Order: sequence, then C-alpha cells, then structure tokens
Amino acid sequence: MEKIYLDNAATSPLKKEALEAMMPYFIEDFANPASIHTMSRGPRAAMKEARATIASTLDAEPEEIFFTSGGTESDNWALVSGAQLNEKKGKHIIISTIEHHAILETADYLKKLGFEVTKVGVDSEGLIRMDELEKAIRPDTTLISVMTANNEIGTIQPITQIGELAHKHGILFHTDAVQAYGHIPLNVKKMNIDMLSVSGHKFGGPKGIGFLYVKKGIRLPPFMHGGEQENGRRAGTSNVPGIVGMAKAAEIAHRDMADNILKMTEIRDHYIQRIEKEIPYCRLNGHRTKRLPGNANFSFEFVEGESLLMSLGMKGVYISTGSACASGSLDPSHVLLGIGVPHEVAHGSIRVSMSEDTTMEQIDYAVDAIKSAVATMRSLSPLYDDYVKHHKEE
Amino acid sequence: MYDGEYSDKVIDHFTNPRNVGEIENPSGVGTVGNAKCGDIMRIYLDIDENGIIRDCKFKTFGCGAAVASSSMATEMVKGKSVQEAMAITNKAVMEALDGLPVIKIHCSLLAEEAIHAALWDYSQKNGIVIEGLKEPKADIND
Repeated sequence: MEKIYLDNAATSPLKKEALEAMMPYFIEDFANPASIHTMSRGPRAAMKEARATIASTLDAEPEEIFFTSGGTESDNWALVSGAQLNEKKGKHIIISTIEHHAILETADYLKKLGFEVTKVGVDSEGLIRMDELEKAIRPDTTLISVMTANNEIGTIQPITQIGELAHKHGILFHTDAVQAYGHIPLNVKKMNIDMLSVSGHKFGGPKGIGFLYVKKGIRLPPFMHGGEQENGRRAGTSNVPGIVGMAKAAEIAHRDMADNILKMTEIRDHYIQRIEKEIPYCRLNGHRTKRLPGNANFSFEFVEGESLLMSLGMKGVYISTGSACASGSLDPSHVLLGIGVPHEVAHGSIRVSMSEDTTMEQIDYAVDAIKSAVATMRSLSPLYDDYVKHHKEE
Repeated sequence: MYDGEYSDKVIDHFTNPRNVGEIENPSGVGTVGNAKCGDIMRIYLDIDENGIIRDCKFKTFGCGAAVASSSMATEMVKGKSVQEAMAITNKAVMEALDGLPVIKIHCSLLAEEAIHAALWDYSQKNGIVIEGLKEPKADIND
C-alpha cells in the first residue's frame, strides 16, 4: 500500500540535498566551531555561510540570525526575554487566542512572573480582529506576538499591518513564523517584524534546529545561559550539521517557492472543491484564500476526528486532527473554538497539510478515502441517526 | 493519539465493529455521554420474558476506543441474564480489549454506563427492580 503523507505541518521529511550537506559535519568536520585550533575553521565557515544564506531569505543581516534548538525555543526566548527587556516600561503583552502552545503556555508562564497578558480574538476565518488589537494596546504594553500563519487552519495574518500598529505605539513585534517560513515569502523589513521564530523541520530541514531573527538594536537578553555562542546571546554548542541542513533546505525552499505555491494552491483548491461537493455536512475552517498553500482543514459533522484518522491510516492516508502537539489532550482545538466552531463539530475536524511533492493523484485518493471513512463513521453515529430521523419528520 | 497505542483487539473491534445498528421496539435503550466531550454511546437491548438478553446493538460517536468499547460490551452482554449484564464493569470491558491507553479509560466507563442506561430503561418500562441499578446520571444534553 502506498503511503500518502499529508501531515507535513507536523513535520516534513529531510531533503536529500540537506542530508548530503550535513554529512561532512558529523564525522570529518566535527570540531566545535568555538574551539581555537584550526580544525574549528571548517565548521565555523559552514556556520557563517548558513547564517548568510538564511539572512538573505528574509532580507535580514547575518548578525540578526540566532540559531536555536527549534520553534519552541525561539518562541520561548522571544516572549520571555522580549517581555523582560522592557520590564521597566511596562509589564503588559498582547498575543492572539489562536497562537501555538509554545506561545500560549509561555504567556501563562509570564503571568506567573507578574506580567499581564491580553489575548485578542480572531474572526470566523481566523484573521485577527485589528480593532480589538488596537483597543488592547495600553501605555504599559511592550510586546505583541501574533503568528504569521496558523498551524491548524492555515490562515495567514496581516503581519505588515500588525507590525505597523505595534511600531506606531513603540511596541516590539514578534511573529511565530514556524508554519510560514519556507512556504510563503517573508521580508522582515517590509513587514515591520522585530523578532521572528522559525523551525527547521517544517520545510525540509532537520529536527532539533531553528532560529530566531532579532532586529539589530534590540538588546534581547539571553535565554540559554552558559557560553559565548551566537555572539553571547544563546549558549550551547552549535549544532553545525543541523544549521547546515536547515540552511540548505531554506535555500531550496526559497529557490522553488514561486513554483511550489502555484502547484500546491491548485492541488489544495482541488481538494477543497471535491470535499465540499462530495461530502455533505462539512465546513472549511480558515480563510479561503489567505491560507497556507498546503493547508486544508475541514470539520465533518456527526463524526469524531480520531476515529476518522484511524480509518484513514488503515487506507494508507496519514493526516492529523489539528495539531500533533495537542494530540495527548481530549479537548477540542482552541483554534477551532476560537473561530467559533461548536465543540461537537470541532471534534470532527481533520487537517491535510501537503508538501511540494504531493500529487493530484494522491489527493484524489485521499478524498476518496475520506469520503468512504466519513460515510462509515456516520453509519456508526447516533448523532447522524438522530439528525436524519429529525429531518424526515419535518 | 496514534493507533499504535491501541491493542490489536481494540484495532480489530474498531475496524470490524460487532453489533452495529439499532433494534426496532427495543426492550431498553440507553444513551450516554455528550457530543461536547466527543463521545456518545447508544445501546439497544432485546430482552426475552426470562430476562435473557437476546440481542444487543449499538451506535457510537467517538474515538477508536469508544467504538471498540461499545463493540466489545455488546458482545459481552449478548446471551446473558439481566443480572449477569449488571456485573459487566468497565474493567471487564477493558480487560477483554487487552487494555486501553490511560486517557481512553473513560470510554470503557461509558460502555458500562450505556448498558446500565439501557437496563434502566427496560426496568422502567416493565416496572421491575434490578438489583444494584441506579438511574443513569449521564445525560446527552449536559
């Protein structure tokens, strides 16, 4: 049975070119780039090149890129240190209700440290309510963090405007771009971004590596202590193979981006059209056009997501209910509840996240599989029974 | 959750659920759980004049464990007396399924509650008292 992997937002396979680029830095050029002897030169040069490559993808400077262990660390660092940086000015930060848990739970942690957090809501398509955001700004607000694109529903936020608003009030603006980077064009200067989080494994790079962009002039305090790496801002031995692999994947993703967006958008829209046409009682979650090229999230009434996933897994189609990070929890997704999906409908939601390698044939197979799985699960569902009987009576 | 955490028995009862459907004019029917929490279980019983469960069917909205628990529970009550059915606990359902992941234990509890709710309906309809049976507390409109 062919494996159709449609969970690329959870993680993507490493690109072969990235793996090849990484290989020399495990055994041959393994030395610590922070060492003084000459064996450290190769790894140090590789890091320098990787930093420059990544900076160029964002219209940033190499010294504005700080390597981390991934998106979660970048988010934690930006939020905690970003809030502490201007603590004397104020202890109020603003985030959206549909952030990733790496932001939501870090904000909860900041509350314990005595900060105040305002969560701004989104509309039914997942776009932040700009008027609410503006109203939430106070004289003591020092940081706004809104994700570039949502991991579950794929909605892309008006980042440029949010950054503009933040700067008008002298507030730092951070964006979690973990799902967006490598998939849609980003420019830190044009989009008014002060800090931006990225994870390597979401666009064909390796796991365990990421970076935080920090605009020059922002003296963001270190989060990891114990070494002079990353210009004294992020301690810990540099993950040279990871950095090199991530840079290679970033280079490829940006080289092919325009073509990938066209191709993936066509396949995504074909998927959306077929689902809407062929499966009754469904609802597309997120914005129809302002969404990631590879993301489609649907709720199917009268069925429960996990059982749907299990049925699909048996047919060789691998997808998620929403966020793999939250799959240990029984609560419906905060993102779907945030855009107003009722509890019972939110339970029956599945996210398809494609890659540039996903084909039209694979998506057609997936739609057929989803169609038959939804029908089977509905035949088991007392809710569907009740609904059908109720409508016959009317 | 990924299906790797489920036992082969759970996978089997999920893939080929036994006794799916409804019984027309059932001796008792019970619905428990609520859609907000993500699980609803409905069990139908056909009980003969000697108090033996002749047939049992179910419909379930829920995760893989909920479907498998319903399927297993219906298998276990079939052919049993009302009193024997009362003795089928969530623990027994779980053991019969070779265990459930910790966060899914409530699914087996729901199966026990669904049987009890159907038996309660039967006892109310026939004006009989079943030893140890209490009015079901779970309500789908919760």
